[in-house]
Amino acid sequence: MSGNTAAASGMVSAGVTGNCLSRALKATAHNSVHFFVGLIALGAIWWAAIYYVTLDPEMVGFRDFSPASTFAAFPEIWEDGTIQAALATSGSRLGWGLGLAILIGVPIGIVFGRVRWFQNLFNVPFQFMRMISPLSWEPIAVVVFTGWEEAIIFLIAIASIWPVVFSTAAGLSKVDPNWFKVARNLGAKPYHMVTRIIIPAIMFDVLTGIRLALGVAWIVIIPAEFLGVTSGFGYAIEDARESLEYAHLMAFVVSIGAVGYVLDTICVLLIKRYSWHRG
Amino acid sequence: MSIRGTEIKIEGLSQRYPTRKVPTFNRVDLVSPPGEALAIIGRSGCGKSTLLHILAGITRGTEGRVLLNGTEVNGPSPRWVMMFQAPHLYPWMTVTENVGVGLTFARWGKKEIAERVAEAIRLVELQDFAQANVQDLSGGQQQRVALARSLVMEPELLLLDEPFSALDAFTRAALQKDVRAISKRLGFNIVLVTHDIDEAVIMADRAVIMAGSPGDIVHEMDVDLPDPRDRTDPEVQRLRARLMATFQEAANYKKPEVSLAAGAGR
Repeated sequence: MSGNTAAASGMVSAGVTGNCLSRALKATAHNSVHFFVGLIALGAIWWAAIYYVTLDPEMVGFRDFSPASTFAAFPEIWEDGTIQAALATSGSRLGWGLGLAILIGVPIGIVFGRVRWFQNLFNVPFQFMRMISPLSWEPIAVVVFTGWEEAIIFLIAIASIWPVVFSTAAGLSKVDPNWFKVARNLGAKPYHMVTRIIIPAIMFDVLTGIRLALGVAWIVIIPAEFLGVTSGFGYAIEDARESLEYAHLMAFVVSIGAVGYVLDTICVLLIKRYSWHRG
Repeated sequence: MSIRGTEIKIEGLSQRYPTRKVPTFNRVDLVSPPGEALAIIGRSGCGKSTLLHILAGITRGTEGRVLLNGTEVNGPSPRWVMMFQAPHLYPWMTVTENVGVGLTFARWGKKEIAERVAEAIRLVELQDFAQANVQDLSGGQQQRVALARSLVMEPELLLLDEPFSALDAFTRAALQKDVRAISKRLGFNIVLVTHDIDEAVIMADRAVIMAGSPGDIVHEMDVDLPDPRDRTDPEVQRLRARLMATFQEAANYKKPEVSLAAGAGR
């Protein structure tokens, strides 16, 4: 009797696991179809736009912007190492700028979300600073910092700090005050409140802020690299434009989009990994 | 798990808030021997929850003191742990992590934490859910996790602030019996704040009734019943009726003028 029950429960369990796997495979296939169809649609619009523009004989030069010319340019800029160098340089600047924004922004966000008088005092200044276009800091950054490298990192940091600060603070405001009461009741010290309660509780919001910050930083870094420096994706685009190598220019543009997409996907995976919210 | 009870002494305890004319309660005295389960019953606003928060060290009384085995309560401590109306579990932690969180605050070693947590989880009969996320548990199971989280600290005193009021009747009855059984097996004190007469009869060795404004202990009654207690037992129902009558009588209680004047003059 018990053997039969065990066998039956094993079959049921195998059936449930099989169903879950089947559902997961279906969902993956469904998502993959959407992913590729979306990309193909984008490519088709791009191709059609260039085709339509180049019907005019005076606009034939625009053929270098076409998908075919762009993808043909990739092996060239890969073999001469331009893409790898741009990726390394822009990536390093992005890492430093975003790293600084997180390092400064998360503690400020925690205090901003938790300490009422600090929030009342700094809400207006922070909102004011947030609305200043990051690129408008460029002339000031060039004067303040000795090199362009530091100025670009500053621009990325100043652009990306606000999403981190405000998301962290928003996360704090959603933290259940009873979690602190329970922790105090169980003997938690102030640093336990930060490391064991606050940080895990707000991790979802912090990572969401970092995701937004990354998007802003990746947008800001390209125009920031147009001037003063001789490396990075921004410089590569500007250099290609001046050399009239439009296929190369488009290849860099596509690379920027691809790198941004990959970085955003990593953020989404991290958010899924560290989110405890259900539903 | 080895837990001892504690002698609770409340001496001349008062609580007043600057914004209110009348104190919440005034010069309350109470003694509870080691291992006793004491129920504080009273209507909303009589100060019973405030009294419990002072016992837990979460709030401080404006006058008087609370002594546990001679030690004055000046703040929260793992020796006196409170269970709240809602379990307030940490949703990013598993059942095991939630139960052991207090021990990690106290910097216990991993091996000792694992042993004590496993034992506490066994006590509340949640072995099958040890690695589950607490969000996947029912309300009753979550309250059991909160109980295990309190028990793992091996407290001398467990303070319960209407801890089962949000649960359905069946789960509430099961938990009331289980908490009493565990406290008797391990020997720690319970102070239970409730407005549920049934809960007091099922869980307590003694019930005190708070009433009036400012609040005061106006009656007390021994709940001298054998374990396990069953609601349908005529003896339980008889005691319940007596306690209910006393509770209703207490509703009309007015504190003597002389006591108020003495309190205000201090």
